[in-house]
Amino acid sequence: MDESREIHINVPVLTRVEGEGALELDVSGGQIDNLKLRIYEPPRLFEKFIEGYECDQVIDMVARICGICPVAYQMSAVQAFERLFQFDPGPWVRDMRRVMYCGEWLQSHALHVHLLAAPDFLGFDSVIGMAADHPEAVRRGLKLQGLGNDLIALFGGRSVHPVGVRVGGFYKAPAEAAVADIVRRLEEALPEAEALVGWTTGLEIPDDDQTFVNVALTHAQDYAIGEGRLISDQGLDIDIAEFDAHFREIHVPHSTSLHAELDGKPYLTGPLARLNLNAERLPESVKALMEGCGVDFPSQNMFHSVIARALETYLAIHEALRLLRDYRVPDSPARAVTPIAGVAYGCTEAPRGILWHRYEVDAEGRVTQARIVPPTSQNQGRIEEDVRLSLLNLGLDKDDATIRLRAEQVIRNYDPCISCATHFLKLKINR
Amino acid sequence: MTRKPKLAVHKFSSCDGCQLALLNLGEPLLLLPELVDIVHFAEAGPLDPDAQVDVSLVEGSISTPHDVDRIKQVRENSGYLISIGACATVGGLQALANFTDRDAWMGQIYSNPEHIDALQSSSAIADHVKVDLEIPGCPVNSGQVLKALRDLLSGIVPRSESQSLCMDCKRCGVVCTLVTKGEPCMGPVTIAGCGSLCTSLGRACYSCYGPTPLVNDQPLTARFSQLGMDEAAATRRFHFITSHAPAFKSAGERLKAEEE
Repeated sequence: MDESREIHINVPVLTRVEGEGALELDVSGGQIDNLKLRIYEPPRLFEKFIEGYECDQVIDMVARICGICPVAYQMSAVQAFERLFQFDPGPWVRDMRRVMYCGEWLQSHALHVHLLAAPDFLGFDSVIGMAADHPEAVRRGLKLQGLGNDLIALFGGRSVHPVGVRVGGFYKAPAEAAVADIVRRLEEALPEAEALVGWTTGLEIPDDDQTFVNVALTHAQDYAIGEGRLISDQGLDIDIAEFDAHFREIHVPHSTSLHAELDGKPYLTGPLARLNLNAERLPESVKALMEGCGVDFPSQNMFHSVIARALETYLAIHEALRLLRDYRVPDSPARAVTPIAGVAYGCTEAPRGILWHRYEVDAEGRVTQARIVPPTSQNQGRIEEDVRLSLLNLGLDKDDATIRLRAEQVIRNYDPCISCATHFLKLKINR
Repeated sequence: MTRKPKLAVHKFSSCDGCQLALLNLGEPLLLLPELVDIVHFAEAGPLDPDAQVDVSLVEGSISTPHDVDRIKQVRENSGYLISIGACATVGGLQALANFTDRDAWMGQIYSNPEHIDALQSSSAIADHVKVDLEIPGCPVNSGQVLKALRDLLSGIVPRSESQSLCMDCKRCGVVCTLVTKGEPCMGPVTIAGCGSLCTSLGRACYSCYGPTPLVNDQPLTARFSQLGMDEAAATRRFHFITSHAPAFKSAGERLKAEEE
């Protein structure tokens, strides 16, 4: 290639991502001099202003960090408070929270695969343009997304900032007729989710294997969603309360979101990391679908995350069906809980990866200090590393448009959620 | 109409949840381009932030110097400007930070706060430019957004909701949580529009839609007090999702003064 060629690519607003981010790339002498994923979404200071509020209020406040994954925020928070209060919500509440969480995976993954990621693979600017040539695929995506939203609303009244989750359980149990209706729709959707997996494996996926560390929650019986231990493929295996001993947060000047490192290195969290680490926990039918899909997992090609999302979409429907088929309204959807002062830790698998919360709570059940580590800020370092390696692999001799598209596509592989990331705050803790 | 009206969706400081009012429409989302030409909607794909449009939907609050310039430009480019959601209409949940010393907080949170460009407050769109219609809610109700668009396309001036949540509960046949369960419900001072979500789950409304045009907060907080709630807890009910709606801001400040 022409070694003297200089490339300056500036994508001031990344489209089809949640929130406000930009990309800067400078190449000269055949080398990448500068590559930054700039996050400029203004900070909203959530961790500070929730101080003094009651635990049940905090569950509704942290939901507002993200319109796409509010359930994840509510579930990490309620898990933290109930762990601290030594309260076991019991099998009914645990199962129904998993179903509600499956609703969020389903809507978020369907939205990302069809509306945000697919246009890149098929050569369109947006899903609206794509709809003319791929009407069935787009319709399937919107249908699955709608089903996920309705599954959340079954428990929480609405899908964005739902209102059903409380410390001790739920405010109300869904009626059996409403559950029977959604079970019928889930059964109808299962073959469509299976078709979605085949559709994603048919997309043109670049060869782009890279070396990186995978991090996810893991659970003894289930494919981890709402609880588990933190593991990596490099031997990490810790309780979520030990997060700070291994993970470190760094403030870089070009981002209002803090970066995170595991033992000094970037790492991946999210659907591909989960599938890479937890495939053994998949239900048999989902595992069979994965093994027959034509792609070998574990995979170190981040472009396979779109297939991982499709497989998890199928899993979400499978799990919701498994847990709802014999649904009965319980005697009570919640039990009373007595607050205990102390430090609360919660961690669940948001659609984009691990969402870690730490709260200090007083004896009246009010939060006195909070820290929240969302998946996108954890992935930021990995995203920058991935764009760099992927562009070198693509070849810097390609034209600007090709380089720009590849860079954007790599970023979208992570389904970054920038509103989340800018509420990731580091506190000086004085003791 | 000889040409399709042009629509833009702009985002300021927010969670993106109100844009989902459109992205969550399901299949009707595909019908929307038949009615309007969506020229700017970054999360969905179309990008043309400086386009002249007939209608702009604006999500999020104003919290940086750049936001102030940007919203003025959006106003100039828009025939009709609708602010959607609690952030855009009253500064949102993040306006809670306005009650305290932001700079001190930034210093506690970021190791290099000089790299963060932010104003001292989070404020509503209407604090900066003329807004033609405000649709409250955290998040907005898709139905209300679509109805406003439909009204505009039909040449009708959209009307704002004016009744309290209590009227909605009556219409939906929801048993009153305040009267029958003694729950500290914010319904009597909260604008209708959500469809009585919390109350139909048997829980007290926490006012994610903000105040009615006329708020009579004293009798309500007197009732909260009879139910055993102290002033600090009652303050947290008003200083919550829409703390900077003027009626709720002053109600909370009154309670704080009574506490001291």
